[in-house]
Amino acid sequence: MTNRPGTARTTVSVAVCGSGGAGVMTAGNLLLDAAARAGWYGLMVRSSGPQIRGGEAAALLRFAPHPIDCLDDRFDALIAIDWQNTHRFADEIPLDAASLIVADPDQGTPPEAYLARGARCVNVPIKQLAKAIPGSWPNMVALGLAAGLIGVPADAVRQVVTQSLKKAGDTLAASLAAVDAGAKAAGEIGAGLALAPPPARRSSRWLISGNEAAGLGAIRGGVRFVAAYPITPATELLEWLAPALPKVGGVLVQAEDELASVNMAIGASYGGVPSLTATAGPGLALMTEALGLSVAAEVPIVVVDVMRGGPSTGIPAKSEQSDVSIALWGLHGDAPRIVVAPNSVADCLTTTQWAVHLAEQLQAPAIVLSDQFLGQARAVADRPADVAYIGERLTASAGTEAYRRYAITDSGVSPMAIPGTPGLAYTADGLEHNERGIPSSGAADHRAQLAKRERKLVAHDYGGQWADIEGEGELAVVTFGSCTGPVREALARAKAEGVRARLVSMRLLAPARPKLLAAALEGVERVLVVEQNHSGQFFRYLRAEFDLPRETASCRHPGPLPIRPDEVCRQVLEWSAR
Amino acid sequence: MTIATAPSAAARQPQAYKSDYKPIWCPGCGDYSVLSAFTKAFAALALKPEQTAVVSGIGCSSRIPAYLTSYGFHGVHGRALAAATGLKVARPDLTVVVAGGDGDGYSIGGNHFLHACRRNVDLTYVVMDNHVYGMTKGQPSPTTEPDWVSKLSPAGTGLRVFHPLVVALAAGANFIARGFSGDPNGLAALLADAMRAPGFSFVEVLSPCVTYRPEQREWKGQVRSAPVGPTDDAARAARRLLTDDGFNIGVLYRGSRKPYQPPVGKGAARAAELEKAFEI
Repeated sequence: MTNRPGTARTTVSVAVCGSGGAGVMTAGNLLLDAAARAGWYGLMVRSSGPQIRGGEAAALLRFAPHPIDCLDDRFDALIAIDWQNTHRFADEIPLDAASLIVADPDQGTPPEAYLARGARCVNVPIKQLAKAIPGSWPNMVALGLAAGLIGVPADAVRQVVTQSLKKAGDTLAASLAAVDAGAKAAGEIGAGLALAPPPARRSSRWLISGNEAAGLGAIRGGVRFVAAYPITPATELLEWLAPALPKVGGVLVQAEDELASVNMAIGASYGGVPSLTATAGPGLALMTEALGLSVAAEVPIVVVDVMRGGPSTGIPAKSEQSDVSIALWGLHGDAPRIVVAPNSVADCLTTTQWAVHLAEQLQAPAIVLSDQFLGQARAVADRPADVAYIGERLTASAGTEAYRRYAITDSGVSPMAIPGTPGLAYTADGLEHNERGIPSSGAADHRAQLAKRERKLVAHDYGGQWADIEGEGELAVVTFGSCTGPVREALARAKAEGVRARLVSMRLLAPARPKLLAAALEGVERVLVVEQNHSGQFFRYLRAEFDLPRETASCRHPGPLPIRPDEVCRQVLEWSAR
Repeated sequence: MTIATAPSAAARQPQAYKSDYKPIWCPGCGDYSVLSAFTKAFAALALKPEQTAVVSGIGCSSRIPAYLTSYGFHGVHGRALAAATGLKVARPDLTVVVAGGDGDGYSIGGNHFLHACRRNVDLTYVVMDNHVYGMTKGQPSPTTEPDWVSKLSPAGTGLRVFHPLVVALAAGANFIARGFSGDPNGLAALLADAMRAPGFSFVEVLSPCVTYRPEQREWKGQVRSAPVGPTDDAARAARRLLTDDGFNIGVLYRGSRKPYQPPVGKGAARAAELEKAFEI
C-alpha cells in the first residue's frame, strides 16, 4: 500500500489536533462520515488527554479505496487548530519529511517534537478564517481543509454537516461557508494527497465502532440481560446496549461494582436468560472469582474485556493487549474457560455473537478479548456476513426421570433445568458437587466433574471460526486481535517485495487447540508471534500449550503505540533474508 | 412480592418443601428452625417449588438452598444479593428469596446490601445473624460485640457493632423486620409477610450459634414482641431502631416505595432492526 508521488494515493492518513473544545473529534467524525458516503473506506481513532473536559485531543484518521483495519506507519498530514499540549501525542502521530503540517500561525510555532521530523509546514490562518464568518467555528475550517487535501467531494461534506447540525439557517450556512473556506485553502496548498477514486460499492457498508459491533453481536447471539459497571474503554458498549436491549425485550441493569455486575449476569443466566457484562482489565480482575463460579456451577456468561494499558489503573484510554494472561490463566482452581478475540472492528460483532453461542452451548464463561483500539475506533466496513451463531442451551424438560443437573455425559454438557420447570429443581453450586448437585468433597466426584468441565470445551468442534488463515510460505506470523490488521498489511507489503508468508490470526485462544494450529502451520519452518504488550503474554502461552517450530520469535511492544505494519514487515523481510 | 401460588387443590405441607439432603449444621443450631420457618412460610403462601428460587452466598446459613425443594443457587461469598437481583430482574415471574449470614451480608457483601436496599428489587433477604463467622470456626463479624475474644481477636475487636436495620432503613429498604429462630411459627409468619410485601424486604433473624457463641442460648429469654406495630414513617422507624436493644421482634418498618422492575420481554424489535443506525 505504498504511495508514489504524483499519482493518486492508495491510502492517506490525516490527524487533526487541538485543545479541548476545539471540536477536533467532531471534525474527524464528519470527515469519516463524508468519506464513507463518498465511497471510501476509513477509520478514526480518538486520542485524548486524561481530562474529562477541556483536554487536548487528536482525531487520527486513515482513508483508502479498500478496507483497512489499522493505522498506517506515518501520517501524511497533521492539521492543528492549536498546539496546546498536543506535543503529548507526538509519538502517536509519526511524521516524516514527506509529511505536511497545516498550522495556524496565530497559534505559535509547532512543537519541536513535530518539526524535528522535517515535515513541510504550511500556514493557514484557521481561526481568522472562522472569525471572518460569523457563527462558524475553526473545526469546520479544519474539516474543509482535510476534506480538500484528500479530495472528499464537497457535496458529501455538505451532506454530513447538514445532517449532523440538524439546524438550518445561519448556523448551518456559517458552518458550510467555513468548510468551503477550508477547502479553498487546501486547494492553494497543492499537497498531492488526493485519494485514488473509491471503488464501486458491491455490498452494503457500515460505519461502526467495535464497541457498538460487540453490542449488536451480543443481541444477535441472544443476550437479553446485561449488567453494567462503567469503565473506560468499555463504557460505550454498555451505553449502546442500554437503549437497544429494551427494544428486543431485554434489560440492562447498572450494578454497584464489577463484583455485582458479573454475579448479576450469572444470576440472570441461571434463570435461563443469556447474559453478558463488559469491562476492562481492572474489572476483569474483580470478576475472576465469579468467573470460577460460572465454571463450577456451569452457568454460561459472556464477559467482554475491552483491554487497555495495565497493570492497575494503567493507561485507561489507550490500547494494549496485556490481559491475555489474566484471561487465560487468571482463575483459581482448574477452571476451563472460553477466550476468544475479535480481529477487526467489524469482527467484534461476529466474535461476540460467537462467544454467546459458545458460552450457551458449552455452559461455561466466555471472555471476549477486545481492546481500546477495536472498541473505540470507528471504521467503514463491509457489512459482516450473517452468521447462525445463537445461544442454544441444552435444557432439561419437565418429566425428566431422576434428573441429575451435573450428569456425566459424553460431551460433558449436561441438560440444565431452568427455574420454572416443574419437578427438576436443583441447587446450582460453586461447591464441588456430585451429579445431582449435592456438595461433595469426594475424590471421585471432584475428578469426574473436573474432567467433564474440561471435556465439554476441548471436545467441541469450533469449526473454521477458530482462526483466519491467509497466504502461503515457510514463514508464518501468528497473532490475534487488533494486531491482525497491521500484520495483514505487513505481509501484503512483504509479498510485493517477493517474500511470501502465512498469516494465522487466532480467534480462539482458549481452550488451546494445538492440533488446529499445527495444521495451520504445516510446512512452516519459522514463526513470528506478534502482540501488543511488554512481556509477550501470547508468545509465552503459545510456547506453553502449542507445538511451534524451533525458530519461533516474538515481535512485541506495549501500548499506547500500536503495532505498525512497517515494524512487522521489516522483521519478516530481515528474517527471510537470513 | 409476586407470589406464584399453586392450584388451590394442591396445597403443600411444609414438609414438602424440605429436601432429602441432611443439613451440615451443628446440633442445636438456630438455622434448623429458620429452615423450618422457610418451609412453613412457603406452605402458607402455597408457593410452587419450581417458581421459587432461594439464592445464597457462603457460610453456615448459606447452605440453606440445598435443604429446600425449590430451585437454589449457592454462589460465591457475599454476592448473593447481586445474583438474586440478576435473577429477579431477568425472571420477574419467580419468587426469589435470598438467605445468608452476618459475615456474608454485612461484611464481604456490605456494598451489595446497601445497593439492594436502595434499588428495591422485589426480593426477600433473610440474614441469619449469630454475630460470628461459624464456618471458619469462630471469628468476629460486623455484628460481634467489641470485647468478644477469639483467636483472631485476642483483645476483642474494639469496633463499633454494625446496625443492619438502621443501615437498611437509611439505604431505602421497603420492609424491615427482626425475627428469632427460637419461634419458628412467629418467624414463618414474619417471612410470609416479608415475601408478600412488594420491593426489597429485609428480615434480620437472631439465630444462635451454639458452638462458638453458646451464650446466645440466653436470647430465648431476652427477645420480646416489639411493643408497637410497624410504622410507615421512616423518621419514627429510625428513632425506634436506633434506640431499641436489638431484641424487639416483629415488623419494624413498612414502606410504600415502588419496586424496581424494568420491563422485560416487551420490546418486539428484531436484532436486524438495530443495524440500520450503522448503514452508510
